[in-house]
Amino acid sequence: MTIPLLSESGVAFVMLSILLIPLAIAGMALINTGLGRSRNAGHLMMSTLCVIGVAAGTYFICGFAWQGVIGGPAHLARLGSKDWNWLAAQPAFLRGVEMNGSPASLTVWMQMLAVALAAMIPMGSAAERWRLGAMCASTALLAGVTYPLFAHWVWGGGWLAQLGVNYGLGHGFVDAGGSATIQAVGGLTALSMAWIMGPRRGKYTSEGMPTAIPGHHAVFVLFGCLMAWVGWLGLNSAGAALFSGMEPRRAVLVAVNTTLSAGAAALMTVMATRVRFGKPDASLTANGWVAGLAASSAGCAFVPPAAAALIGLIAGLVVPFAIENLELRLGIDDPGGSISVHAIGGLWGILALGLFERFPAPVLNTPDGLARLTSLSGVGQGLAQLIGAATLIGFVLPLTYGLNWLLNRFVPQRVAPEGERQGLDLYELGAGAYPEFMTHTDEFYQR
Amino acid sequence: MKIAGFLLLVSGWLLVLAAVVLLPSGLSRSAFVLAGMGVEGLALILLFRCHRVLHRSHE
Repeated sequence: MTIPLLSESGVAFVMLSILLIPLAIAGMALINTGLGRSRNAGHLMMSTLCVIGVAAGTYFICGFAWQGVIGGPAHLARLGSKDWNWLAAQPAFLRGVEMNGSPASLTVWMQMLAVALAAMIPMGSAAERWRLGAMCASTALLAGVTYPLFAHWVWGGGWLAQLGVNYGLGHGFVDAGGSATIQAVGGLTALSMAWIMGPRRGKYTSEGMPTAIPGHHAVFVLFGCLMAWVGWLGLNSAGAALFSGMEPRRAVLVAVNTTLSAGAAALMTVMATRVRFGKPDASLTANGWVAGLAASSAGCAFVPPAAAALIGLIAGLVVPFAIENLELRLGIDDPGGSISVHAIGGLWGILALGLFERFPAPVLNTPDGLARLTSLSGVGQGLAQLIGAATLIGFVLPLTYGLNWLLNRFVPQRVAPEGERQGLDLYELGAGAYPEFMTHTDEFYQR
Repeated sequence: MKIAGFLLLVSGWLLVLAAVVLLPSGLSRSAFVLAGMGVEGLALILLFRCHRVLHRSHE
């Protein structure tokens, strides 16, 4: 199986799409920062820069070597009578990749940004209590091990992508824009971090009831959503063109689907919170918007616009209730809503592709290994999507939890109680984000 | 309990993999994949309960 070479206009289109992806990263950084308290704002923003640096560096050193590209060298295991492609075998340090617009070089560029985006997702759930050094070490594990491994299975011609070729399950596991590879992997890592670190001090009373700790800047959060939308248009378009063989002219469908899904999700969250609380909630609406984006990614090129709107509506309905139940019933403190937005939104996106798929666009991973037009692929596609979801929950979650649990033994992830009380800006950076204002009090701490 | 939860998660995934490799027919394969996901669901319930108890005892 080989990835088709892109035409010159195709290369230009993919490059333009990739250039938009940093806006998704910037948007996520604003969302994470705005949903936290002002005493941690500078720390969260600066951590974002560090996380991007560590993620890109680790991906350069070994991440791409283990992710690889479709048709590249790989380690195979014989299971049953089929070859299972488990791990890429590219040289480390990007050796052998010609940076000239080849599919491999475009993959490297896009993935460097994608892995940074995935690494930022746990920052939302572990915000306000995660040490900077530990955050960088955890990012290295995500960008060097967890992400490349799963991305190879989905985007590098691995066994999940080949479920169609080897076992006749539709087109194999399809995830055009990264609902699974970026969003769910990041979201499940966010869940692991929330479990390992526990809730913020003062979040729960001694009776176990959660207290409200509102974010400090709703405008950051909502403007971040707008930036993320533009970034997602690039992310979904580039992913669909590079990893699913989408022709550039079908980017219109990707843009329409992405926008419909996000808009429908936000409107549904507005209505759900209006009914639930009496007034629409800005931060939950922002979460609903991003959940719509996360859910749109998998099927952005392969579902009709009506289905994309329905995917968004369901994401927007589920997410506020998931956030509430995680906090109230399950005792999980997730200040940025990362687990509900990215893990649940991403998982819903990949399952929704199995429900609503139409493959009018050429797709890869057909039995003869070529990109071609196909019609409905029946229940096989749904089963392939289920197997992908089961792999995320049954393999990626234990792996990322185990790695971070081990890391926690050697590099404690949680900041000292004094750091939490003081705020990470002062404790770790020595200066507040808003030095001209009195920005922190102890109102959320039990006396 | 926590280790049991994670072992159960991996077991559910292995059940899904076994269904893909060993079962040729669509119906039985689908049933076993769903069974594997059911096991993963039980494991998640166990893990959520376990972590809730752990954090309560730390408070």
